[in-house]
Amino acid sequence: MSDSRNFVLGVFDDEDVLLSAVRKVRGAGVKIDEVYSPFPVHGLDDELGYKRSRLPIAAFMFGILGTSLALTMQFWMLGVDWPMIIGGKDFTPLPDFIPVTFELTVLLAAFGMVGTFLVSSDLKPWKDPKMLDLRITDDKHIMAIDLGKNKSMDAQTINGVLKDSGAVEVNDKEVED
Amino acid sequence: MQVTSSVRTPLITGGKTVHDVTEDICRQVEGKPSKSWLLGMGMALTAFGIGFIAVAATLWEGIGMWGLNKTVGWAWDITNFVWWVGIGHAGTLISAVLLLFRQKWRMAINRAAEAMTIFAVICAAMFPVLHMGRPWLGAYWALPLPNTFGSLWVNFNSPLLWDVFAISTYFSVSLVFWYLGLVPDFATIRDRATGMRKKIYGALSLGWDGAARTWSRYESVSLILAGLATPLVLSVHTIVSFDFATSVIPGWHTTIFPPYFVAGAIFSGFAMVLTLMLVTRRLFKLEDYITIEHISLMNIVITVTGSIVGIAYITEFFVAWYSGVPAEQYAFFNRMQGPYWWAYWSMMTCNVISPQLFWSKRIRTSISATFIISIIVNIGMWFERFVIIVTSLHRDYLPSSWSMFYPTVYDMGVYLFTFGLFFTAFLLFAKFFPVVNMAEIKSIVKSSSEKQTA
Repeated sequence: MSDSRNFVLGVFDDEDVLLSAVRKVRGAGVKIDEVYSPFPVHGLDDELGYKRSRLPIAAFMFGILGTSLALTMQFWMLGVDWPMIIGGKDFTPLPDFIPVTFELTVLLAAFGMVGTFLVSSDLKPWKDPKMLDLRITDDKHIMAIDLGKNKSMDAQTINGVLKDSGAVEVNDKEVED
Repeated sequence: MQVTSSVRTPLITGGKTVHDVTEDICRQVEGKPSKSWLLGMGMALTAFGIGFIAVAATLWEGIGMWGLNKTVGWAWDITNFVWWVGIGHAGTLISAVLLLFRQKWRMAINRAAEAMTIFAVICAAMFPVLHMGRPWLGAYWALPLPNTFGSLWVNFNSPLLWDVFAISTYFSVSLVFWYLGLVPDFATIRDRATGMRKKIYGALSLGWDGAARTWSRYESVSLILAGLATPLVLSVHTIVSFDFATSVIPGWHTTIFPPYFVAGAIFSGFAMVLTLMLVTRRLFKLEDYITIEHISLMNIVITVTGSIVGIAYITEFFVAWYSGVPAEQYAFFNRMQGPYWWAYWSMMTCNVISPQLFWSKRIRTSISATFIISIIVNIGMWFERFVIIVTSLHRDYLPSSWSMFYPTVYDMGVYLFTFGLFFTAFLLFAKFFPVVNMAEIKSIVKSSSEKQTA
């Protein structure tokens, strides 16, 4: 059973044409599978109707975790487990604990968020990205349309819509799943 | 959609297209190393090798090999440590703070500046690690490990411990920030390569495919990381300055230290970025990406931070006099006129006077002048730390303890070792990694590239 998907790929070489093309193609009722770009195109996620990423929330949660871990660690170690008089000060002076608390907050927020990003975007060293077109990482934006998800339209119509919206090339591509 | 005023100076010259960016940057990675690269690598490895003898001797015999004595218990080691950490401030500052300020000129230089940051912090870490004497036991002393591993918990009241946390956090967050920026560019190299190189860069690129959904998340991760890294950059040198400011040594015990150290760090970091970038630009033919405009803007940052440092020096003096504390007044008088007057005046000339030359547009846009001043600034910043550390210590409270500091060949060797380490790492980076952030540069080709005359 060879599960293969048939794609129509619209190739664009200008980010502003791409943005208006996304609007036109979606307006014509064609479902876009994904757009691949060599660099971030601002506003593309809005045009494609993607929801805002919730990664900042993840960063905040990891940050809070870092703050509480750091404070718990310091208060427990120097206040409960083995109190010591250092310089005649309190066992647990809060101002002295701020630097380490701040650093651990930043550390956990950064690592937690990046880790979440890698997992949610499925980025890992042993992954084969199955590039639809090698020029994606060079200078071309590729709009991939999965024919299987656009049953109501034939490839001819989709080709036409892509050409009209400014694609410099339209290619067919079969991808083994 | 990016709108840029047409009166702005173009950031990319030579009418480059997006494909040209790929070609120009990947060429360095894919080609054979040039003669000048091999020569540089040879010099770096020589310094590394010679310096390693001093490091080995220090580890074998102990830090008695250094020129420290009972009065001056901290000298070149911590001077070099603070110097390297200061240099390590520019990279993350350029990529994080300038990203938050939406300064597009950061894009051509941030990759190399971040690499420099990472290597500079590694060099800095060498000094406290070696100063431990038995660094293999260092984990017991520096990390909060349970009592059964060591004697007691670490002292969370100590700025030296805060430093451990600040610098290791700074190092790891900078590393992540840098690596994340490299991922899309590794994918570019992967898609142009075959065989072994494709496998290696394929693994490094983490299966990046350039999907809009990934880019959207990637952008928000970069923004948050920049937001986290900005206070982090400021915190690191603040905490380094606490090492001195929380003590009761005249000349160290001042509240001005945190902002003064941070400004000095940015100052020396930008100078080091300029020194390296002017060479890299020439070696790798990046004149169209790192333009005179970039150099001039960085020189302006040097003038601003250099002036802040200058004002800090004057403020310290005023406050020492105004405090009415004899020990404090003496410490500053001694800096100017004592046995280390030459270090003090070198610092003043290099750090206060030389950056003021950049008020002249001719000097600011001259490559040779920039190169020379950038090196002078870093010499000055080394002397600044030397002046603060050694001149404050060498006049102890008891005149019978007064002494001088004379570095031994091992002090110099360990310093040389860090230079070898730094340049070896930087040259390896420059050869095998894309030195300019291709994906970011590509995103401004349309708005900021010099238009070809039709």
